[in-house]
Amino acid sequence: MAALIVASLAFALPTQADELVPYTIVGDGIPVSLTGSPGDATRGHALVLARTTTCMLCHSGPFPETRFQGDLAPDLAGAGNRWSVSQLRLRLVDASRFNPETIMPSYYRNDGLVRVGRNFAGKPILSAAEIEDIVAFLATLRD
Amino acid sequence: MIAWRAIAAAILLATGPALLAGEIPSDARRSGYAFMGPDTRAMQDDDTANPGMLFVLHGEQLWKKKIGSADRACADCHGDARGSMKGVAARYPAFDKALARPVTLDQRINLCRTNHQQATPLPYESRDLLALSAFVGHQSRSVPITAGDDPQLGPFVEQGRELFMEREGQLNLACTNCHDDNFDKRLAGAPITQGQPTGYPLYRLEWQTLGSLERRLRSCMSGVRAQAYDYGSPELVALELYLMSRARGLPMETPAVRP
Ligand code: HEC
Ligand code: HEC
Repeated sequence: MAALIVASLAFALPTQADELVPYTIVGDGIPVSLTGSPGDATRGHALVLARTTTCMLCHSGPFPETRFQGDLAPDLAGAGNRWSVSQLRLRLVDASRFNPETIMPSYYRNDGLVRVGRNFAGKPILSAAEIEDIVAFLATLRD
Repeated sequence: MIAWRAIAAAILLATGPALLAGEIPSDARRSGYAFMGPDTRAMQDDDTANPGMLFVLHGEQLWKKKIGSADRACADCHGDARGSMKGVAARYPAFDKALARPVTLDQRINLCRTNHQQATPLPYESRDLLALSAFVGHQSRSVPITAGDDPQLGPFVEQGRELFMEREGQLNLACTNCHDDNFDKRLAGAPITQGQPTGYPLYRLEWQTLGSLERRLRSCMSGVRAQAYDYGSPELVALELYLMSRARGLPMETPAVRP
């Protein structure tokens, strides 16, 4: 019970506009981890499949455990061969850097958006730690 | 030959409807019905299996019921709906001279209640409002959509078009990204249609009830994590009007069934 309350407090906290960790783009990537440490690929796997991260709305991948996969975007299988960790990090943070017209949301951005819902205003879609976990997982997707 | 082609092309350019890049040409427009499986189609096609028909029957009762301090029924002014209401829903939202703006069918029903029946307006998504609009809409079944043809509506159609094209919400997606550019594809496994407004109010299996077009638009907006417009707001009316003009020529299906 106490654990539940702590968990729901942790959820309730980030309602104010979140401060984003500053990052530096080098070439077509972000070479340095947003958290300063490497992400956890196992957590990243679970995150990519979770509804709340929205990846599976558009993407498919080597995930036989779920039927709910999209086909608006490339299959994620082999993403770790095609892209470096630095490129994957920038792709998640702000895919529009690669293609200004892309439909892929910028996952680490909290401004310049229109009519954001009350519960989401001022917040990035993913936290820095979640980005790092997902990047670590995508890097393992090698054919 | 070449000259003839050039002339034909010039005529096409001059008289063709003002389709913008990415918009669906009239011969490629497809109702959500065309994207459904055989079971859901069968449910819509058979009036005894279509749950929306219960609302139509309830609406027919309300049509005949005297209400308000005027003690008048819809039928007292409009007579038999099979004649007087045929084709009406296919031209809504329509321009209201007194208000100088378009009103939806739901808003028209409530204007009749307040102005002519001296009754209170019905809340959006209430059973009675859905029933009346399903009953009126049903009289237009198979009638091709012509909403938006009235030139006075021009600026409002344009406003709706701009809203349709504008990215919004935390996911930063516009209606056009899904319903013009990606219909026939799958969002998390579920088919994306052209977002045609042909069947409203309609029975959605996911909702387990009848719902309005505005309810649908609000759920698309929440889906991209945008702040949904209020029911009856000018923006939702403009979007609804643009959707109807974008569906020009498609037959009405009220009450449709959707997954
Ligand atoms: C609304 C659609 C959409 C969502 C949601 C989405 N993406 Fe994408 N993604 C795309 C599209 C489209 C591309 C293709 C390139 C482009 O347009 O930027 C892409 C490209 C990619 C690529 C490069 C693919 C390759 O191998 O060439 C990766 C990796 C990727 N996305 C990961 C993700 C992850 C992880 C998430 C969730 C955190 C996600 N995407 C969410 C639409 C989306
Ligand atoms: C991320 C994708 C996406 C976006 C963006 C989106 N929709 Fe939808 N929309 C859907 C899905 C999925 C459905 C349910 C399946 C279907 O009917 O297409 C749907 C359904 C609809 C329908 C019902 C169609 C029918 O047959 O009953 C309409 C109308 C519609 N959307 C309009 C809009 C409008 C207007 C906007 C912008 C405010 C919008 N959508 C934004 C994905 C989207």
